[in-house]
Parts: sequence; structure tokens; C-alpha cells
Amino acid sequence: MITKTISIQRRRRVQSAAFWSIRLGTGLVVTALGGIILFLLIQGISALSWEFLLDAPRDSMTKGGIFPAIVGTLYLTLGAVAVALPLGVASAIYLSEYAREGKVLTVVRLGIQNLAGVPSVVFGLFGLALFVIFLNFGTSILAGSLTLGFLILPTVIGASEEALRQVPATFREASLGLGATKWQTIRRVILPSALPGILTGSILGLSRAAGETAPIMFTAATFYTLHLPSSVLDEVMALPYHIYVLATAGTHIDETRPLQYGTVLVLIGLVLGMNLIAIVIRTRLRRKKKW
Amino acid sequence: MGTALTAINGARDARMAQGAKRKLWDRLVRSIFTITGLSSLIIMALIMAFLFREGLAIFQTVGVGEFIFGTAWYPTYDPPDFGVGPLIVGSLAVTFISSLIAVPLGVASALYLSSVASKRVAEVVKPAIELLASLPSVVLGFVGMVIAAPMLQEWLDIPTGLNIFNASVMLAIMAIPTIASISEDALHSVPRELLEASYALGATRWETVVRILIPGALSGMGTAVILGMSRAMGETMVVLMVAGGAAMIPGSIFDSVRPMPASIAAEMGEAPVGGDHYYALFAIGIVLFLMTLAFNLVAAYLSKRFQQKGSATL
Repeated sequence: MITKTISIQRRRRVQSAAFWSIRLGTGLVVTALGGIILFLLIQGISALSWEFLLDAPRDSMTKGGIFPAIVGTLYLTLGAVAVALPLGVASAIYLSEYAREGKVLTVVRLGIQNLAGVPSVVFGLFGLALFVIFLNFGTSILAGSLTLGFLILPTVIGASEEALRQVPATFREASLGLGATKWQTIRRVILPSALPGILTGSILGLSRAAGETAPIMFTAATFYTLHLPSSVLDEVMALPYHIYVLATAGTHIDETRPLQYGTVLVLIGLVLGMNLIAIVIRTRLRRKKKW
Repeated sequence: MGTALTAINGARDARMAQGAKRKLWDRLVRSIFTITGLSSLIIMALIMAFLFREGLAIFQTVGVGEFIFGTAWYPTYDPPDFGVGPLIVGSLAVTFISSLIAVPLGVASALYLSSVASKRVAEVVKPAIELLASLPSVVLGFVGMVIAAPMLQEWLDIPTGLNIFNASVMLAIMAIPTIASISEDALHSVPRELLEASYALGATRWETVVRILIPGALSGMGTAVILGMSRAMGETMVVLMVAGGAAMIPGSIFDSVRPMPASIAAEMGEAPVGGDHYYALFAIGIVLFLMTLAFNLVAAYLSKRFQQKGSATL
């Protein structure tokens, strides 16, 4: 039998070539993120001012600010979290505290996974058909918030379930051993211990809802409105939709370029800021677990 | 003495009544949580019901085969043409090309985090990749339109920078974090003793990666790739702003296309509710929904079927 021997030097060379191409690939990915953000910062920073943040658009949107869009996005995302948080936390409690392994649980998990994979534009169609037309909410904050709330539900469920599962079994046993019922255990022991993790999940949901465009295009967002919304049945301006409209429609695309960069920066600041907070909370939590 | 006994009995009765009440309350709470636990399933069912309710109506005007394989999409002409073939081809084209970019880079990032980077570097790179995942799609669409398109047009001397290639690059940026983070989880779940056994036999780190780590994590990485592709296929704003919007079968990767989500988003505003065009857009939604659902089910099957439970199943 002839064994082929490859010298250790050659094997090391192969390894170092492979590792360097992996480093190169990862470097490319990180550079893409850094490059995009840097470029947008350089182009857009001059557009940012208090006036830009706190004024309404003027002169057929070629001047002025984006205050109504900021307010609209705030309403829509808070509405979405108001929908997704109770449903999501309750679902997570069911999954981690009540459900037993079996067919039902498999189907429920499959449902959550597939809900997470539904394209955002399909959520938009669904929201249009159910909330805007069938339930007659019209193009409104209510319809948009419900649509976005359903969209971020899997995110909230995932983060909350992970948080609940990290509460040690001994906590549950101690509480049940003292004579507490299951509900008392959940309310007084498990939920408080899982709260920071659940908070992280809702911040992630919040930021996802803030950045989505397709689901609100037909359900909530409007091109331009003079007044701020006065009820949940009003339509609103929203940051992502504002970017899309300024960049693609209208006759002043080049004139409004600074406004577009400025709006992009505000949206990125909002979304990445929330994500950064969530990541920091989670890293802290994982490092300083008290139990 | 009689009164004392009654008092004790009374207290016991009250305690038992309270216990019964608590038990009843507990059972009520359980059923509330069980019902809300099913909310995701109910929402999935509602989505399907309303898509089909609005979308199936188009098939009274156009045959299913004619709709899917028809090559002319002129929904506002008189008479209109409802052939979504070019839109499906457009979606497949951008999904395929973007996966050619996203899969190698996503897998490389996962390997970097799991096997190459020191712990301290990984703690910075991992959040950076997670941040990339949270970039809103409209921002990437904007970057593709305003930055990438003019550059491509100038460098390659082509009529428009809004084309399959540009859209694919932007979609790849969206898919890379998905692929990287799920792959990394899969790589981490490969049992440590297998890697140590490989080192003990004298294999280098790279040989261990290729022969032990990657084969052990293959099903998880397959799941990651499919979920990444599904995300690219369903993504709307990037293809709406960057793919160019021509509803034609493309001849090269520098041609414009109109993928399915772009068509829905661009046309829904002007399609009158209850008209054929409106129904046709919902029918495109059905096609898109079913295609991404198929991707997701395959991914779920892969991750379940080949799940590693310790080293014994390898």
C-alpha cells in the first residue's frame, strides 16, 4: 500500500491560504456595512438640523423638514409593539411553560417559522384586504399598526421564549414547592426574571417595524399631509415611505437629494440605535447572569 | 366548644373554597395562554384566506397556465394581458444571482466567527453583521439607486445601472447576515469532542474545518442558505427601486427586470379595488407566498430531519 504523504509545510500553507480568504470574505462584508454608513453620513450630515427634524415639508417637499414623517413612524411602531407584545409574550409563555412536546407543538412552531418567512409585501396585501377594505379601517394608523404588529410577532415570540427558557427550573420548583399556583409562579417569578430579555425582543421588533416600507404602503402611509394625525383612523407620513417617494417619484428628484440623504440618516440612526441598545443589553445579560 | 369547632370548620371551608377558586383561575389562565399560543397559526390561516379570497377571482378571466406561463404583462392595456412569466423569471434571476454572492460570503463570515477569529475580534464582528441585518430595505434600495447604479453605468458603459446585477448585490447584502448567523449556530452545535479527536490525529485546524466541522454542520448550513434565498425572493423595496422595472424576460444580468414583489408594490396604488388588475396582483401575491412557503418548509424539514443530537448520530 502506498500512502501519499503531504508535507506539513504544504498543509500549513493550504491552511493559511484558506484562512486568509475567509478573513477577506468577512472583511468585505464588514467593509460593506461600514462603507454604506460612512457614505450616507458624509452625504447627509449637512442636511441635518433642528429645523429639518422639527419642521413640516414646504414648497412641494423641496424644502423644510420631516417632522410629520417622524411622528407617523413613531405612532406606527408603537402601535405595532402594542399589538405584538401581549400576543408575543403570551405565545412565548404558552410555548415555554404550558405546551408539551407533540404534534400540536410541532405545528405551532412550524406556523411561527413560516409566519417569519412571509414576504413583507404579502403582509401589505393581507393588511389591505383585511384591515383597510374588509374591516373598513381605511388607510390608517390602525390598519398599519396591526399589519406591522403581525409582521414582528415572530421576532417578539422568539426573543421572549429564549428569555423564559433561560430562567432556571429551580426557580419554578421553589415557587411551586411553596404552594404557589402555576399562574402565580409565572407572574411573580418567571416573568420578572425574563423581563430584560423580553425587553430586548420588543426593541428589536420596534426597530424592524420602523424600517419596513412595503407593509405600510397600502395600509397606512401617505405621500403628503398638511396636519399631524388626530385619530388612529388617520393616514400618516412615515420615514421609510418618505424616502421611497422622494427618491423615485415627483419632478424634483435631484433638488430633494439632500433631504433624501437626511431622511435616510434619521431612519438609520433610529433603527441602528435601537438595535445597538438591544445588542448591548443582551451581551450584558449573557455576561452577568446572576444564576 | 361548639363555637370553636364551627370557627375551625369555617376557616377550613374558606381555605378550600379559596383553593378551588385558585384552581379554577389557574385553569382559565391556561386556556387563555393556549389560545394566544395558537395566534401565529390563526394569523397564517387569515393571511392565506384573504390572499386566496382576493386572488383566485382572476382565474375566472385568465386560465392558471396562461397566468403563470404567459409572457406578456400589460395589465392596464385594453384588452389587458395577465401573464406573470416575466415577473417570475425576474424573481428567480435576482434570487439566484444574489445567492451566488451571498452564500460564499455568508459562509465565510460564519467560518470566520466560529474558527478563525479570536474571541475578542469575534465579539466586535458578530454585532456588526447583526447590524447589517437590521439595515432597512428601503435604505439599501436607496444606496443601490443613488450610489451603485450611476457607478455601474459609468464603469461598464451600459444603458442603465438599474438591473439584475445591481439588485442582486443589494439583495445579497440583506441575505448575508441571515446565512451567516444561522450557519454559525450550526457550526457551534458540532460536538467539541469530534474536533478534539481530529486534532489528536494530527489534522490541522483547516483540515478539521473541512472534514469534520463543515460535514457536521451541513444540514444547518443548508437551512441557512435556503432561508437566505427565501428572504431575497420576498424582499420588496430593493427590487422595486433597483431592478429597473421592465416586465420582460431578461437576456443578460445587466438587463432590467420586474420581480413579483416590485410589480405588486408599484401597481397596487393605481389598481382599482375589485378590478381584474387588483385580483391579478393578489394572485401574484399567492404565487410569491407559495414559493417562499416552499423554501421555508424545505428549510424546516432539513433542520429537523438531519438534526444532530450529540456525536452519536454522526
